[in-house]
Amino acid sequence: MPTLSIWFVRTAFSYLVLGFTFGALMLANKGVPFAATLWRLRPAHIELLTIGWVVQLALGVAYWILPRFWEGPARGNTTGAYLAYGLLNGGIWLVALSTWLGLSPGLQLAGRLAEAGAALSFAWHIWPRIVGREG
Amino acid sequence: MPPLTRWYVRSSFLYLVATLVTGVWLAARAVWPGSLPGSSALSPIYFHLFMIGWVTQLIFGIANWMFPVYTREAPRRSERLGSATYALLNTGLLLRIVAEAGVAGAGATGWRWLLGGAVLLLLLAALAFVVNTWGRVTGK
Amino acid sequence: MPPLTRWFIRIAMLYLLAALLVGVLLALRSPLGLPGFLLRLGPVYFHLFLVGWVTQLIFGTVHWLFPGARSARAQTATLGWVTLALLNSGLLLRVLAEPLSAGQAGSFWGWLLVLSALLQWLAALAFAAFVWPRTRERRRKQRRAQGGG
Repeated sequence: MPTLSIWFVRTAFSYLVLGFTFGALMLANKGVPFAATLWRLRPAHIELLTIGWVVQLALGVAYWILPRFWEGPARGNTTGAYLAYGLLNGGIWLVALSTWLGLSPGLQLAGRLAEAGAALSFAWHIWPRIVGREG
Repeated sequence: MPPLTRWYVRSSFLYLVATLVTGVWLAARAVWPGSLPGSSALSPIYFHLFMIGWVTQLIFGIANWMFPVYTREAPRRSERLGSATYALLNTGLLLRIVAEAGVAGAGATGWRWLLGGAVLLLLLAALAFVVNTWGRVTGK
Repeated sequence: MPPLTRWFIRIAMLYLLAALLVGVLLALRSPLGLPGFLLRLGPVYFHLFLVGWVTQLIFGTVHWLFPGARSARAQTATLGWVTLALLNSGLLLRVLAEPLSAGQAGSFWGWLLVLSALLQWLAALAFAAFVWPRTRERRRKQRRAQGGG
């Protein structure tokens, strides 16, 4: 497993645990209310598990297993993939913290822009690797 | 990577970009309320672009590629069923997006029937996938 | 494909069908005049999809593909099986208890929801602990780098 994939995957599993923790607290509170403020965690819970866990893990595994090149660097130009890691996680924290702490909506927008940038950046890296055997 | 997988994977990345652009749009509407077009449909659209367009599509594509072969003669069992799954999934999803917007806008019963029809197509896609893939979940 | 992977993936596929069936009921509730309590299935729909289908399929695939599968199998993959049991019991409890506990916080169904939350949380911890040591480069590359056989 290449180093960048290890970063993606370990970060994804960290978000899995954190996201499930938020979710468990809210679900328990739904069953037997003990702290009404826990509902503020909902947007962060969704963000951590959708973008933080699922998207991040998928990108990490895709970077690892999708076809590599016969000539030149095996995974081609990896700049986009590294950029995606930084933008994705920066975006996740901006969205999660801004919604949880009720900060300016502009921070959430900045986070979403970073995540969109991450997707474009990763797509730039991975597109040439989506090939058939003849590719 | 077989052709159907390439279709799935490329489509999934396009949907990922669409998901995140929708996310940007939703966030921008919170920053400038009332100044950007949109409706209550954007949230369910965002979720379904993500859950079905990106995640499920990627899973279907990678499963089609990497799961153990069904038989030597038919490694991916039925290519026709595989292609039908792709068509049903994407038609269902795109119809769902249109229907969600219609339900949130006009709210007329016709839009709700379209939404139901779209979800039925998605259910058929899932059934087709499960039928075509179940036998490939083996100890090989 | 190891047995644990097969169990995760087959169960995940069943959840996919269940999620979309609930989706059909939710979408056609109004045109068909189905009972209003079906609206309580909204969160169930999302979690059948994201936890039952997506996360469970990921767990199965990760166990199959990640380095160290052979040693994980040799250790009978106990934590992996524990995850399977915790995740599915927690999720099924949620499917049952969440609609029935609506408006009845603190009831028997409410406490079942607490149990569901705990089971699913433990499942996430268990699987993270199971897989974390396997997020590494393959050992044979390390041996080759060290000049070993």
